Amino acid sequence: MHEREGAGDEARRAAMAVLAQAPGDMLDRLWRESGLPGEAEMLRGPETGLVGLRGRIGGGGAPFNFGEATATRATVKLPGGEVGHAYALGRDTRKVRIAAILDALARRPEAAATIETAILAPLRAALAEADARRRDETAATRVDFFTMVRGED
Amino acid sequence: MYVAVKGGEAAIANAHRLLADRRRGDRAVPAITLEQIVEQLSLSVDRVMAEGSLYDGELAALAIKQARGDVIEAIFILRAYRTTLPRFGYARPVDTGAMLVERRISATYKDLPGGQLLGPTFDYTHRLLDPALAETGEPAPPATRPAGDEAMPRVSGILAGEGLIEEDGALPQDHRTGDLTREPLDFPMQRDLRLQALARGDEGFLLALGYSTQRGYARSHPFAGEIRIGLVEVELDVPELGFAVTLGRIRVTECQMVNQFQGSAKAPPQFTRGYGLVFGQSERKAMAMALCDRALRARELGEDVTAPAQDEEFVVSHCDNVQATGFVEHLKLPHYVDFQAELDLVRRMRREVEEARAAGAADREAAE
Repeated sequence: MHEREGAGDEARRAAMAVLAQAPGDMLDRLWRESGLPGEAEMLRGPETGLVGLRGRIGGGGAPFNFGEATATRATVKLPGGEVGHAYALGRDTRKVRIAAILDALARRPEAAATIETAILAPLRAALAEADARRRDETAATRVDFFTMVRGED
Repeated sequence: MYVAVKGGEAAIANAHRLLADRRRGDRAVPAITLEQIVEQLSLSVDRVMAEGSLYDGELAALAIKQARGDVIEAIFILRAYRTTLPRFGYARPVDTGAMLVERRISATYKDLPGGQLLGPTFDYTHRLLDPALAETGEPAPPATRPAGDEAMPRVSGILAGEGLIEEDGALPQDHRTGDLTREPLDFPMQRDLRLQALARGDEGFLLALGYSTQRGYARSHPFAGEIRIGLVEVELDVPELGFAVTLGRIRVTECQMVNQFQGSAKAPPQFTRGYGLVFGQSERKAMAMALCDRALRARELGEDVTAPAQDEEFVVSHCDNVQATGFVEHLKLPHYVDFQAELDLVRRMRREVEEARAAGAADREAAE
């Protein structure tokens, strides 16, 4: 299961990050609308387990454990032999299975373009929009200090 | 002493059936959904996740529903559940400096890069019951203002410039990060293990201890240097891929407490620090954790250990509410045989005391 590609890693990593953060129902809908082939053999999972979470003392010091999170992972193999992996926080096995198939399909150049336009681009846009809205809502609660001048000098 | 006694099966089964009925309550009232608990009781969910030490909002909501809203019972259920899952590995430490900030305040600097962002806070509310919430009707949508892309450095970094504050806590190079879910407690412990214990510790217990330090039991002159709440990315190194995969984001609360320190044989006068990091929006807990973290560094900083909050074994051994409730509540279980034995013992001791007293009286009479 070890594949080291080097150059493609960054794009793959970025795509996996988008898929991991996708709302399950939205990924499911985009996946069905994309018409991409869903045939795949499950090599592992989807299975749910724990990931140990760590912080750093003082924010940037030595690591310490501060709890665990549920996470789900899957590994699939396509009829053409391509292997795909997916990991995401939570217990949405359907989402992670689709993400693993997409990760495998993205090894095929012709499918990669469809995945980008039909799935990753809309997911990325939705995530960016939600983040921007969250930032703008928070920004409205920013304190604008002003000084009150009392009396005359 | 434990002796197996049979009986009570029917009573237990019916008690659990009754519990299920009372949990449901009046059938004319709609049953609460997990989505409702996650969305509308989100700070209860955060507390159960933090002290249950498992980040999963839906499971925490289920535990709260199952426990009829008893938060400690819910934490117990969540802790029990986590033991049933395999461990995939440890994530990389989260970077709170890169947080998508939802609230960020500093009590030490008015004008700091990124500003003071109040976020969804109870602060400055009047704490008057709001009858409008008893009605249906929706609140206004939040106001918005275009957020700049100004960076929001941690306040500790700003203070570090002058060298008047200690660095983020380092541990020896060869130190392996401890995990108290994997290894038995051993005292004295390193700061990483202490922080792990505090992060899952009972909010009420840590709040009381933090309060005690403010009232003079290990006074440490604290300032809330910074509190920030928001989303941080979780990344896991995946061996089969050869790189770190983003798993998603979690909400955390971080508290940087800054404490005046007059210096000791071990350290010069400077600002020292206590640190808090907790799942969810859990500001009170993060602040209490930071106060306790600082108090527990007494030995390291060469301070006298005089107060409960500085006593590592006392704090760490008693802050876990699952352990505490287990031991306190086990007193409810049948101790019939134990008690019979003690009853016999007390009867015998009483008899001996009375006999001795009677013999003493007889001696005195004889002497007179």
